[in-house]
Amino acid sequence: MVDRLLGRARDTPSPVDPDGDPRAAVWSRVQLARNLRRPRTLELVEAMADEWVELAGDRGFGNDPALVAGFARLDGRRIAVIGQQKGADTDENIRRNFGMPHPEGYRKAMRVMELAERFGLPVVSFVDVPGAHPGPESEERGIADAIARSIGLMSRLRTPIVAVITGEGGSGGALAIAVGDVVIALENAVYSVISPEGCASILWRTPDEAPTAALAMRMTAADQQALGIVDLVVAEPGEGAHTDHAETARRLRAAIVEQLDVLAQIPIDALVETRYRRYRQLGAYTEVAAPPVAQPERPGLADRLRNLLDPGRWSVGGVALPGPGRGRDEPPAREEV
Amino acid sequence: MPIKLPSFRHRRESYPPDLWTKCPSCEEMLFNKQLDKVMRVCPTCGHHFRLSAAVRLEQLLDEGTWAERDAGLQSVDPLGFVDQKPYPDRVAAAQLATGMRDAAIWGTGSIEGRAVAICVMDFGFMGGSMGSVVGEKVTRAAEAALAERLPLIVVAASGGARMQEGTLALMQLAKTVAALERLKAARVPFVSVMSDPTTGGVFASYAVLGDVNLAEPNALIGFAGARVTAGTIAQELPAGFQRAEFLHEHGFVDRVVHRSALRDELALLLRYLVPASLIIPGEATDALNLPAFRPLSFLSALADRVSQEDDEIAGRPRPSERAAERPTDPLIGRGNGAAPPPETPVADSAPVAPEPAEPFRG
Repeated sequence: MVDRLLGRARDTPSPVDPDGDPRAAVWSRVQLARNLRRPRTLELVEAMADEWVELAGDRGFGNDPALVAGFARLDGRRIAVIGQQKGADTDENIRRNFGMPHPEGYRKAMRVMELAERFGLPVVSFVDVPGAHPGPESEERGIADAIARSIGLMSRLRTPIVAVITGEGGSGGALAIAVGDVVIALENAVYSVISPEGCASILWRTPDEAPTAALAMRMTAADQQALGIVDLVVAEPGEGAHTDHAETARRLRAAIVEQLDVLAQIPIDALVETRYRRYRQLGAYTEVAAPPVAQPERPGLADRLRNLLDPGRWSVGGVALPGPGRGRDEPPAREEV
Repeated sequence: MPIKLPSFRHRRESYPPDLWTKCPSCEEMLFNKQLDKVMRVCPTCGHHFRLSAAVRLEQLLDEGTWAERDAGLQSVDPLGFVDQKPYPDRVAAAQLATGMRDAAIWGTGSIEGRAVAICVMDFGFMGGSMGSVVGEKVTRAAEAALAERLPLIVVAASGGARMQEGTLALMQLAKTVAALERLKAARVPFVSVMSDPTTGGVFASYAVLGDVNLAEPNALIGFAGARVTAGTIAQELPAGFQRAEFLHEHGFVDRVVHRSALRDELALLLRYLVPASLIIPGEATDALNLPAFRPLSFLSALADRVSQEDDEIAGRPRPSERAAERPTDPLIGRGNGAAPPPETPVADSAPVAPEPAEPFRG
């Protein structure tokens, strides 16, 4: 895990054969999104802003170095900035918890967002996180509560919000600061409900299938744009953002400033209502006429025989015997996420 | 070592497989009919078995008051997701196994006479995972609660967001929470009930945001799966980690409530949490369900007594006796009423495995 967080995995050969395999293409983007030299929030802000004032602390527990927040001046506009901050080397990564915020990180973000609302500053967030910190101290201090409240605050904040997915958009830890009027993604950023390794180890029962899971989840920026979750994709220079921080920042600044100018024209009530509608309509379902699902008819003899002969039904001491039957039917319910 | 022989009974009928269920916590063998009578709580050790949505509604609502809404919401396959089998096949299999259309149902009903909007999740349906349909149901329940000024109750039982719907499932966190924020602004109450398990994206969105959070004893409640946590810190997790009592101790659950007291507890809370427009100045006592001053009430009391005596003469049961029959009546007109979700004994015996997968690293 540490290897992955440090981005070392990019040096190891890709686990799938690259010629013509769509999984390899997706996986190379995942590796780019995790690249150790990719510009983080502080690098981007320093490159694009004329001024940067960092603020610290959630006023309740402490200051989380994995999430930075403050004020900045962007082309003469005052903005509030929040964003996760991974480290550029091992020492910094240890100090910054590999960019995985604790609850106090999200509570600091909420504090700065409330300041932004009160003082009329638009909020720009930079999202690059493998996931919120999963340790026991994180649970004790209420990571789920912090994430849910941050999402709730952003959904009703009475000031424009531009969210930028710059690297890994890792699940709830990303969404907690990624609810916005406009969501921008860098070309090689990824956004997913669970890490591809986590998804593969649950659904394929081995983390080695991570590239397959990454493809299946359609987690690249272009796919997310097609799904309507990301509004705008900003192209990266050269081989990727890590090759040219200044150019990446320049392109992002242009996109952010343009969106801020558009949002500034919209009356605040309409803006908040449009933001609510944006998330309200996300989701894919159909509505059929209401009859409940048909109950299974009584099994015939063939079904009973099949059940009888199905090796998955046999178990010794509670452990299912290996056989095709179990996999063919449903996986254990617990495995679903 | 018991050897389980195949039975000729169809799976669905043999579900729970036999007449007996072994308590995963104390290993006591429990007679299923007996277990149903005690609300599926082990009489020996108090282990709370998981409930299907229908049984949960039956336990919480007044008889005959349940009216389901939006029953026709149906999952689609937005990503064309195929792992070891296609996502639509998994949904179809879960629908057949549970008789539900997706992992949550919502509707209106009443608890001790108070109308509520209630949404109940069922862990038996793909681990109670939240995809677009579950998110939509919770959101619609919240919106209806707002429009009709009904207290909202959500009973969560879920492993988290549904991976097969990718980030669209993740967006349900934002959708549901945004709707709850509106409820909160309008001062309409929301009570969250967390049952075993409530983890991942469901915990990190609506489940944690109740005006009052209730939890069933020993329910697994947490954000990251225990495997992820253990992998990150590379050490044994403390006993009771991510259990209801742990959450209570750390201030994220108001009350840990035994299942037999849950209905009364909700009724009690609803007397305090009254939707804003229903509080009318001067009628505050009414909101607390105290008897109002009625000068001629002795007349109606007399009338009651007379009709009661008539009933006794005619051999009809008294109203109070009729009410006492309630728990044994089939309350809810759902076909799958009695089928509880499958129990997974691992949940309570293994020290590290008890999370519903690593839901969702957030």
